[in-house]
Amino acid sequence: MELKIKSKLFDEIGLTRTITRLSHEIIEKNKGIDNLAVIGIRTRGAIIAQRICREIKSIEGRDLPLGILDITMYRDDFRNMLEQPKLQKTEIPFNIDDKNIVLIDDVIYTGRTTRAALEAIMAFGRPKCIRMAVLVDRGGRELPIQPDYVGRRISISPGEEISVQMNEVDDIDGVLLVERPTSP
Amino acid sequence: MMKRLNRNYLRKKNHVSDAVGSADKLLFKNGSLIDFSKRQIVPQDMLIVNGVVAEIGHLEIDEFDGHQFDIAGKLIMPGLFDMHVHFREPGREDEETLLSGASSAMFGGFTSVCTMPNTEPATDNREIIEYILNSLSNHLIEVHPIAAITIGRKGEQLVEIAELVDAGVIAFSDDGSSVANPMLLRRALDYSRMFDILIIEHCEEPTLAANGAMHEGFMSTKLGLPGIPSIAEELIVARNIMLARYTNGKIHIAHISTKGSIDLVRRAKAEGIQVTCEVTPHHFSLCDEDLETYDTNLKMNPPLRTPSDVEAVFEGLKDGTIDVIATDHAPHSSEEKDVEFDAAPFGIIGSETAVGLTITKLVKAGKLNLIDALEKLSAKPYQVLGLPVPEIRSGAKATISIIDQDIEWMVDKHAFRSQSRNTPFHGMRLHGKSWGVINNGKYLISAQQ
Amino acid sequence: MSSFTLKHLLGLEGVSRDDITTILDTAASFREVLDRPYPKVPTLRGTTVVNLFFEASTRTRISFELAEKRLSADTISFSTATSSVKKGETLRDTAQNIEAMRVDMVVIRHSASGAPHFLSKCIKGTVINAGDGAHEHPTQALLDMMTIRDKFKRIENLRIAIVGDILHSRVARSNIYGLTTMGAQVMLCAPSTLIPYEAHKWPVQISYNVDDAIEWADILMVLRIQLERQQANFFPSLREYHNYFGLTSDRIKRVNRDITIMHPGPINRGVEIESELADSDKSVILNQVTNGVAVRMAVLYLLSGELKSDDEKTKS
Repeated sequence: MELKIKSKLFDEIGLTRTITRLSHEIIEKNKGIDNLAVIGIRTRGAIIAQRICREIKSIEGRDLPLGILDITMYRDDFRNMLEQPKLQKTEIPFNIDDKNIVLIDDVIYTGRTTRAALEAIMAFGRPKCIRMAVLVDRGGRELPIQPDYVGRRISISPGEEISVQMNEVDDIDGVLLVERPTSP
Repeated sequence: MMKRLNRNYLRKKNHVSDAVGSADKLLFKNGSLIDFSKRQIVPQDMLIVNGVVAEIGHLEIDEFDGHQFDIAGKLIMPGLFDMHVHFREPGREDEETLLSGASSAMFGGFTSVCTMPNTEPATDNREIIEYILNSLSNHLIEVHPIAAITIGRKGEQLVEIAELVDAGVIAFSDDGSSVANPMLLRRALDYSRMFDILIIEHCEEPTLAANGAMHEGFMSTKLGLPGIPSIAEELIVARNIMLARYTNGKIHIAHISTKGSIDLVRRAKAEGIQVTCEVTPHHFSLCDEDLETYDTNLKMNPPLRTPSDVEAVFEGLKDGTIDVIATDHAPHSSEEKDVEFDAAPFGIIGSETAVGLTITKLVKAGKLNLIDALEKLSAKPYQVLGLPVPEIRSGAKATISIIDQDIEWMVDKHAFRSQSRNTPFHGMRLHGKSWGVINNGKYLISAQQ
Repeated sequence: MSSFTLKHLLGLEGVSRDDITTILDTAASFREVLDRPYPKVPTLRGTTVVNLFFEASTRTRISFELAEKRLSADTISFSTATSSVKKGETLRDTAQNIEAMRVDMVVIRHSASGAPHFLSKCIKGTVINAGDGAHEHPTQALLDMMTIRDKFKRIENLRIAIVGDILHSRVARSNIYGLTTMGAQVMLCAPSTLIPYEAHKWPVQISYNVDDAIEWADILMVLRIQLERQQANFFPSLREYHNYFGLTSDRIKRVNRDITIMHPGPINRGVEIESELADSDKSVILNQVTNGVAVRMAVLYLLSGELKSDDEKTKS
């Protein structure tokens, strides 16, 4: 499908800088990385989480516990979908009790994905707190949920979409503002 | 037993009597008369006066004051005879009565039927025979009751054969099961020889067929249903043929269904043994592979066999091994049939689809020529039962079926005159249907209903 | 989006390799849920599932109930043993009641083959076969396949011998369809009286010698032998059965290979399998039980996506 690009929010360098900045903010706000753990939401949130972990390791010299969350089982729009979404594995290979969790996603919009992710995390135990980091906050919230670390805030008009591309799955890095493809 | 409530009393009893007229003066123009003895079809007009064939030939009648019908392209033949029906009365009037069954037969194109004795109680005494005969005494349909061979169909004690023959019984059968005890069947064959009367056997060895629900084959293996093996039928067919040879009695194999049975009958006939047999329309129209969905309207006894058995049926019909096509019309309530396969009773209704299936699955499918096929519904049953075949000549009583072999129609079980709806043919497109029947001074033009 | 094509799970006959793979992959995801400290997800919240067990089966019923509860479905269980007199009536009446109660999914176990088909024709909801007569037991075969895949990382080209009462076994039938669809080789091994009629029309090998089967197989799937079969003369005695078809360590030791042993349970120890062998490290019988819950969660999840009418589907 051909996407009509309206503007580029981040190019490759911009994306790397933003991830570096977010990593610094996380360390700063948490006053170090003790008791810190990162959980990314599949698919692109998980990739950003991996990059943030790598960045934090290069700063602090230590690995952070990293988890990957598949929130399909927690979605609230599940019964309105035409087909069952493919389930992928959730991997949280550490005990989350009393941890300071940073939940990471690429874009925050209605807040429903975040709500589902919060519920999913709670199934693994009782963290001390959960904060949230996103690359882009595009507004339009339907639930009282706000991110703590934001790469860029932008309000977009109807008919526009954010397209996040990560090298690991899209062979290129970048965040684009595109025209929403009209259904045929 | 709430279920046994005689629902018939709640119905309008003679619900089709309006459709039947009295055959005072009927003129049929441009018909095609089938002459089975000469194997030919002759264009004829036919005049019926007071239930008798008054004239036949090329008729020019000025100012005819009776009912006149143009039956161009329709076939005239001796009245069709269904020698195997279950009308459920007495006992299960919720499923069928003698009257509703007769309606069904008459709309299906038949003028005579043999009722099977597995009523409740069994038809094993003069009172029930007289009840059956009296119930249809004024009907277009002529009923020839078959009585049980043994009291209560229990396979223990012979019924009073001589008295029942006197009462009007046409043949004897424990249909629904075989006479398991060979000594008892031998006595029945020996005794009935005195009256030159037919013994009809449902051939099924009870221990081999025990608990079976469908034909034993790869389909029963796949569906996980207990099987009724072919040899359960063939073993009894072989035994019966040997007993008929030994006693010189007359045996008729009801609803033959397997290749092996047909081969046995073929050889026995070649040997000159007095054996005849019939096949049902469903045994040449369907096979065990149709049971995929566990449709209980495909559960019958004998069960639907394999495609190669169906091929053998075509062969047997063609070479004359199989004498007769009979329906085994077996009504069951939807309450009984609408259950899991194991729990459902055997049997389907067939009176109103027999002609269509015969023409579609045999004639149009190129398996059998038209005259041979119709003969097995018309002249043959009379011959097998030792009755004179109705003649169609001037001065003869009119016992006539008229068939429209070209009409294409869709089976609608809700339009059936039978009280039951257990057919697997609902929604099927068929060629050929009864146009009308004349018998006992009455006529019914079903094509105009 | 996965392209799962089934509306009901009545059996594995005719179910495609893709659909089976989707079920097994999805089951692996649910297996992870079961290992969580709080092993429950809200996926089927608001979905009503009725478990109809017309035949005693503690294990399968508990497994389904657990799967439903782990998915947060609303569940009702109904167990009854049908007497032969009431046969038929119960199922039809129950179906009508279910229709009136607007149930989304029905799990049914019944002694009559085809009972789930019957039910699927009279209700609108989704029907899952939890074992019908001697016909099929699809979720059992799926959990068997999951267990095999866990251990061997594949199913294709493995050799699986199913040993025991094939004639009366719905587990055998579902496994024959499932395993052959997934590319495994299957052998049936039993006394000739317990091999169903024309079984050679399945794409399987047939053997009457258990030592040959052991020699040939990577996996032995052992079926329960019931005492009633002796009474019906399918074989002369349980003693003879055990001596000629029972799995013993001695028999297994004769082949110098790693052989995996499976059993759908409940085990008749000392008849079809020696106790010691059933509990040995060759046995994956307990893995089968755990995988049972995951597989049933996967089936419930995948079939719940069909809750909408087909009309709605074509519209989009």
